[in-house]
Amino acid sequence: MDSQITLRVDGAAHPLAVDTRTTLLDALRERLRITSPKKGCDHGQCGACTVLLDGRRVNSCLVLAVTVGDAEVTTSDGLAVDDVPHALHRSFVEHDAFQCGYCTPGQVCSAAGILAEARAGWPSAVTPDVAADTVELTDDEIRERMSGNLCRCAAYANIVPAVADVARAEGVRR
Amino acid sequence: MDFLQPTSWADALAVRAERSDAVPIAGGTDVMVDLNFDRRRPGALLDLGRVPELREWTVEDGTGGVGATGGVGGSTVRLGAGVPYSRIIDDLGARLPGLAMAARTVGSPQIRIRGTVGGNLGSASPAGDAHPPLLAAGAVVEVESAARGVRRIPAAEFFTGVKRNALEPDELIAAVLVPEAVGPQQFCKVGTRNAMVIAVSAFACALHPDRRAVGTGIGSAAPTPRRAPEAEEFLAGELESAGLWESRGDLPDGLARAFGERVAAAASPIDDVRGSAAYRRHSLAVMARRSVTWAWAEYQQDLRKAA
Ligand SMILES: Cc1cc2nc3c(=O)[nH]c(=O)nc-3n(C[C@H](O)[C@H](O)[C@H](O)COP(=O)(O)OP(=O)(O)OC[C@H]3O[C@@H](n4cnc5c(N)ncnc54)[C@H](O)[C@@H]3O)c2cc1C
Ligand code: FES
Ligand code: FES
Repeated sequence: MDSQITLRVDGAAHPLAVDTRTTLLDALRERLRITSPKKGCDHGQCGACTVLLDGRRVNSCLVLAVTVGDAEVTTSDGLAVDDVPHALHRSFVEHDAFQCGYCTPGQVCSAAGILAEARAGWPSAVTPDVAADTVELTDDEIRERMSGNLCRCAAYANIVPAVADVARAEGVRR
Repeated sequence: MDFLQPTSWADALAVRAERSDAVPIAGGTDVMVDLNFDRRRPGALLDLGRVPELREWTVEDGTGGVGATGGVGGSTVRLGAGVPYSRIIDDLGARLPGLAMAARTVGSPQIRIRGTVGGNLGSASPAGDAHPPLLAAGAVVEVESAARGVRRIPAAEFFTGVKRNALEPDELIAAVLVPEAVGPQQFCKVGTRNAMVIAVSAFACALHPDRRAVGTGIGSAAPTPRRAPEAEEFLAGELESAGLWESRGDLPDGLARAFGERVAAAASPIDDVRGSAAYRRHSLAVMARRSVTWAWAEYQQDLRKAA
């Protein structure tokens, strides 16, 4: 059965008719040709499809397009403003934090998510004081919080410092 | 596939009653995997994401009625079935430490932002991470149907078989009633790596000094999540007879180990791709010994903090 929806993606509204079974990932890639979110596994394991939904990172392969409603979808592309790359984009390039690049848009969206989560004081499984108001993004915290994003090229050793630099600039790391 | 999206709890129950072919979907982290891999082709999906009642948690004080589960006059958290793990972690770490600890280990951050305890209970996997702490805390699952109203089912009776629960076809899970912690709680899980693993085995324990009781929950080591009642009684009895609930003295040598052995004896694990039955039993004994040692140290610390 088709359903008429409007997806708000990276600041633009896209009316479209989708089969109710369509995932947000497939709607973005196959219907709207917004291809920065990648399909690695289609079941929540790899994080390549990570986008921000009202600022929170989600696996777009596990979200049905018809459930999105008015929520704002932000992809890695949408983090750039007026074609100026986001600080995370620049940091990934500077740190050589990828090889093939397939996982990178998901990594970047996830990293944008963890900066917001750290500011909001969300603890993780490695946070020493879970009651603290803010969290410092140490290397351990970054590794734990990025653990939903796999990299088959194993660029982890460079992804951690790439995120750390931006965290420092944003005041969530000393 | 029809897509049904009620915007109130009453409407959700009405839709559930009318459409027995509808599969409820909350965070979707279990349902979507089945859909994407064509393991399920439901006639309809019943999206619970727009039902505000499910996304709230409130505190009910103990005089109010959850009866047997609440500690003496203690408060109970009424956790809406649709509250995602990320909010449990952020909001409820102090009130429900065991559940929050388990929540911090579910899947990945992306999974925790969407996944819910209601969905964990709906799937009723023996490996569901929310189940051991709910069992240890003595939680009650609140389910409801349009025809028969509310039923309150103790977590220990909710799991009826492998991936089966006590829910009737016209019922939805409304909330979980979890007594607020009055003592230390712990959760441990063994997996092949730190993130995104289904537990090979898991264990939760809770000390309830108010009623001088011990709670336990075992995961991934029996057809359903289950308690270890004999281990609970054994430890509570030993603590009682040695006067340790008051003195908060050190645990006698070998007590934590003996507790661990009784926990392992309560399991009935199988060999599967994730681990052998023998390893599951062994790891349970170790996790139970360690977690009760940590919980006891915390109990001793609490006294020092109070002094
Ligand atoms: C990559 C990945 C990693 C995972 N890791 C873990 C893990 O470490 N530990 C773990 O425990 N789980 C894990 N899971 C499984 C899943 O995330 C959890 O079971 C989660 O709690 C499901 O919640 P949900 O809201 O997403 O459920 P959904 O997928 O929306 O629903 C799950 C089931 O519950 C039913 N349901 C949902 N809400 C209700 C309700 N209110 N009333 C009646 N029925 C309802 C649905 O019909 C369905 O049968 C993982 C999943 C993925 C994809
Ligand atoms: S494609 Fe969505 S997590 Fe892998
Ligand atoms: S850069 Fe190739 S998968 Fe990460």
